Amino acid sequence: MLLTRKTKGSVGSRSRLAQGLAGVLARTIDRRTFLKRSGVTAGAAGIASQLPFSIIGEARAKDAAPGKIEVKRTVCTHCSVGCAIDAHVQDGVWIRQEPVFDSPINLGAHCAKGAAIREHGIAHDSHRLKTPMKLEGGKWKRVSWDTAYEEISKKMLEIREKSGPDSLFVVGSSKHNNEQSQLLCKWVRLWGTNNTDHQARICHSTTVAGLGQTWGYGAMTNSYNDEQNAKSLLFLGSNAAEAHPVSMLHTLHAKENGCKVIVADPRFTRTAAKADKYVRFRSGTDVPLLFGILHVIFKNGWEDKQYIHDRVYGMDQVKKDVMEKWSPQQVSMVTGTPPEDIEYIAKTMAENRPGFIIWAMGQTQHTNANAIVRATNIVQLALGNVGRSGGGCNVYRGHDNVQGATDLGPNPDTLPGYYAVAAPGSWAHWAAVWNVDLDWLKKRYASEAMMTKPGMTVSRWIDGVTEKPENIDQDPNLRMIIFWGHAPNSQSRGSEMVEAMKKLDLMVVIDPYPSASAAMFAMVRKEGAYLLPVATQLECEGSVTASNRSIQWREKVIEPMFESRTDHAIMYQLAQKLGFGDQFIGKKDGRQNLRVVKSKSGDEPVIEDVTINEINKGTWTIGYTGQSPVRMQAHMRNMHLFDVKSLRCKAGKDAKTGYDLAGDYFGMPWPCYGTAAIKHPGTPNLYNTHLHPMDGGHAFRALFGVEKDGVNLLAEDGVHNKGSDITTGYPQFDHVLLKKLGWWDELTEDEKKAAEGKTWANDRSGGIQRVAMKHGCTPFGNAKARAVVWNWPDAIPQHREPIFSPRPDLVAKYPTHDDVKTLWRLPTLFKSAQQKAVQDGMYKKFPLVLTSGRLVEYEGGGDETRSNPWLAELMQDNFVEINPVTASLRHIKNGDYVWVSTPGRNGDGSHPRLKVKAKVTEGVGPDTCFIPFHFAGWWQGQDMLAWYPEGAAPIVRGEAVNTATTYGYDRVTMMQETKTTLCEVAKA
Amino acid sequence: MARMKFLCDAERCIECNGCVTACKNENEVPWGVNRRRVVTINDGMVGAEKSISVACMHCSDAPCMAVCPVDCFYRTADGVVLHDKDLCIGCGYCFYACPFGAPQFPQAGAFGLRGKMDKCTFCAGGPEADRSEAEFRKYGRNRLAEGKLPACAEMCSTKALLGGDGDVIADIYRERVARRGSKGAEAWGWGAAYGQPPKGAGAPAPVPAAPAGGKS
Repeated sequence: MLLTRKTKGSVGSRSRLAQGLAGVLARTIDRRTFLKRSGVTAGAAGIASQLPFSIIGEARAKDAAPGKIEVKRTVCTHCSVGCAIDAHVQDGVWIRQEPVFDSPINLGAHCAKGAAIREHGIAHDSHRLKTPMKLEGGKWKRVSWDTAYEEISKKMLEIREKSGPDSLFVVGSSKHNNEQSQLLCKWVRLWGTNNTDHQARICHSTTVAGLGQTWGYGAMTNSYNDEQNAKSLLFLGSNAAEAHPVSMLHTLHAKENGCKVIVADPRFTRTAAKADKYVRFRSGTDVPLLFGILHVIFKNGWEDKQYIHDRVYGMDQVKKDVMEKWSPQQVSMVTGTPPEDIEYIAKTMAENRPGFIIWAMGQTQHTNANAIVRATNIVQLALGNVGRSGGGCNVYRGHDNVQGATDLGPNPDTLPGYYAVAAPGSWAHWAAVWNVDLDWLKKRYASEAMMTKPGMTVSRWIDGVTEKPENIDQDPNLRMIIFWGHAPNSQSRGSEMVEAMKKLDLMVVIDPYPSASAAMFAMVRKEGAYLLPVATQLECEGSVTASNRSIQWREKVIEPMFESRTDHAIMYQLAQKLGFGDQFIGKKDGRQNLRVVKSKSGDEPVIEDVTINEINKGTWTIGYTGQSPVRMQAHMRNMHLFDVKSLRCKAGKDAKTGYDLAGDYFGMPWPCYGTAAIKHPGTPNLYNTHLHPMDGGHAFRALFGVEKDGVNLLAEDGVHNKGSDITTGYPQFDHVLLKKLGWWDELTEDEKKAAEGKTWANDRSGGIQRVAMKHGCTPFGNAKARAVVWNWPDAIPQHREPIFSPRPDLVAKYPTHDDVKTLWRLPTLFKSAQQKAVQDGMYKKFPLVLTSGRLVEYEGGGDETRSNPWLAELMQDNFVEINPVTASLRHIKNGDYVWVSTPGRNGDGSHPRLKVKAKVTEGVGPDTCFIPFHFAGWWQGQDMLAWYPEGAAPIVRGEAVNTATTYGYDRVTMMQETKTTLCEVAKA
Repeated sequence: MARMKFLCDAERCIECNGCVTACKNENEVPWGVNRRRVVTINDGMVGAEKSISVACMHCSDAPCMAVCPVDCFYRTADGVVLHDKDLCIGCGYCFYACPFGAPQFPQAGAFGLRGKMDKCTFCAGGPEADRSEAEFRKYGRNRLAEGKLPACAEMCSTKALLGGDGDVIADIYRERVARRGSKGAEAWGWGAAYGQPPKGAGAPAPVPAAPAGGKS
């Protein structure tokens, strides 16, 4: 070894280095480059504009790089923010990842997951599932794709023959791109069942339902970026700093410009650490907290009276209820929050308008979440905060494409675009789009009744297997399940899931990682499961919808790794084996919707054909019709043209296609009504009447009729889109309205043919939408938002204690709903379960509230991220957060192993218990414990390593909190309760 | 001539660890070696919790350089403190001298040789030829030679971590401090690393004392 220092002369590089570095700053990092690279041009527009800009210099050493490097632009697959990534690929290998400073969404920023995403492309020591596998004699054995397809399809057809199509449940994925989501929705329907669901059920189903029923669309109203225009932000049920870290870029920028940030949460989170004010409340008491805020607003006359008069139905009824029930003192008794904190929030929000309420799973994963979400909507309506820039309901979706998969994917109650399965017209519409014979499709189902009956939900599939057949609302029990990109440990009652797995005839897991489903199944079974390796979203192309409804196009970075195949290829290949291959690609009457190409995955449908011929042609309800691949790809190539604060492009053309981007909002946030040809720019902020619809303006949807008990449900006079030819409220557009208005002849002859007898939602020419917008009208009408949802169990949101409540006195006062005999095909317990918990003294045996949530390092069930060494190293143990007082009383020290037990149920009737480390912190109050939910691979103290396929177990394994979470579902959407149950903690 | 510095804005750092994995990714740093880490103090304490991203600060008067018995450290024209792994004997003196805990000692085989010290290079590689395979293997990427800044700072989720010309990042930071009032007026670690707070600042310590009775 050299022990003398190399001389300058002998090491040419040294002088080059010194020379290079000396020059680097002058020549290649001028001030503009620097500011851009540190992402402050947009983050601090004020200063940046005062600097003398010069041209960006060429990187000096560019020519030194060996080989040809291709740059592929993709989007992070780990959350819904939608951070762009430039992947550098050399000879098919992903060698580097560079930030995309031009992205108006993330400005080059990444959290731990985004900054570690290149690991997906590293084959060495990969923990991926590499080949198809079959469980044989209790061991995972490698099989070929052909064998796997052959055996799986044979078994499926056998079971179908005997038990009918409803014996299958398909758990889809919010990580599929839009095209694959749409295809899987179709795949399941071509099989002939509505028993399908995906992460959205247990993510934001209550949000989607609550928002949709209030004002029309169940999505985030504005964008992350638009928080820069806000004067106050209330985080109620979101820990964005860990779950959506890059969104904090916009949040903190807003805060530095004077926006007030409040975090209300049972835990003092990383987000709370950045707030102006933190307010603690008991988990599950969100309705009282929100209505306490509303009470103060009404009491002081801070509500926006004109806005309520013009645009809101039923606020007077809500006001009466809230003023009677929820004084700050009463709220304090229920929530534990000091009355002055409630007054502080109300005053801050009232004095700092516009503002957002921001939420995620903290509001949605409760048995009473439908009411919580609506209470939030009502507070925002009272303040006049909805339908404008800088204010609204920013619901942060979870998975990268959970918004898109909700909009288009495998849902039990809707076809793509929220066309209800219960409405026969939906089937006619989509059969026509898919080029599938409707009568053939009907015959695929057990009966027309089953075709129009919403299926079971992912939160309850285990009951579909284990419930007595006479209690379920379909003929067979579930006998087979396909986990197509979904972790089992994100569903509650894991201890009971194992019992369901014992009874299944077939389980197929289609996933890049074998996931905990494989290990759980192998733990209790010898036979009956197959694992199929699938490509990630980095190994295929397609579009992805971010939380703000912007749609981005991912380029394929690398070919599918190992023996994995793309999701859409597997769908097609399996469909062929199951006898509906032609229908899957829409081959009928000399037409074929989707071309099929040969690829590394075998025969594979062309993704762009799905976008153009199915999504763009069918999804009129929510405006997925204008975002053609050409437009999306032009946006991806020209991100620098979009303004960070408004997301709008002022001017500029795409060099490759000549497409003129002027006026477009980045990613054409849906609704992007009409065909791509009419160039609707997308809708950055929903319900904003201050703009013309062709400028992104919008209105509340006329979804609930024109009148209720003699009260007008349409917007009042003077409320309309800018430039509208109708200056008052109006119903949704259809052929009749168009004719009455005398606008029918503005349709072309072809449009007239298509639009006759149709509405804005099923006119496949897009003509009705085009003409409505030409006159400045929103195609779905101009109505009032509903503070009272008369068709729901609680027309006015009510507080109802969780099933497992620590407060029997409050259970008596605020009981949950009555049991329901059939809800989403299954009997569902409410009051009887709650009463039994009280009678059994669960609140005494398990005196602490157990809540759960996310960590920044991991995503979802975590199998993927816990297999990434760069992430896994950062968080190697699962843990429970416990207050120092609570810990001391139990002689628990920081870092000790503890047992956390809950009132849940194991197969033998015992209570499940989790072995985790204690993190003693004042972040939780003395009455609350918190466990993150991303872990799996331990089962009640035991490492499950032996049950994973060899070489495909995650690096970090730990106890899944959902092994021990308990019964409890939302009355409307069947959302599971993971945020409020009970527990006891003891030293291990 | 620019003087390269790091600055972590504790008012913005959310402990997302993006900087940590960006470093791992770009430099292919092995398990067990952490050139950069994020520290949260007063965890869970209302009003007192702060997170800070820490790595080698490339100090003006670097203690590591002063104590190294084989003189393996050197400073580039841009003020980046680098070292020569061919000279390093793995004695660990630098680790004891460093106020930031930056030097890392891999147990086995990382970056070529056993026991050699490893640390943040400001993404400026080492003494080998710029952007050569040997440089990458021993020290990681040389982004500065490519006209780029350190990956950690470039990818920081909230732009809390700034890396670059000390004057420019001080300007950015000062602007932020001015906009938000006095909060975080003194950039964490700047006194220890560079002997002075960013010019024009100079107010109280950024980290409030923990409330009485609290545990860290």
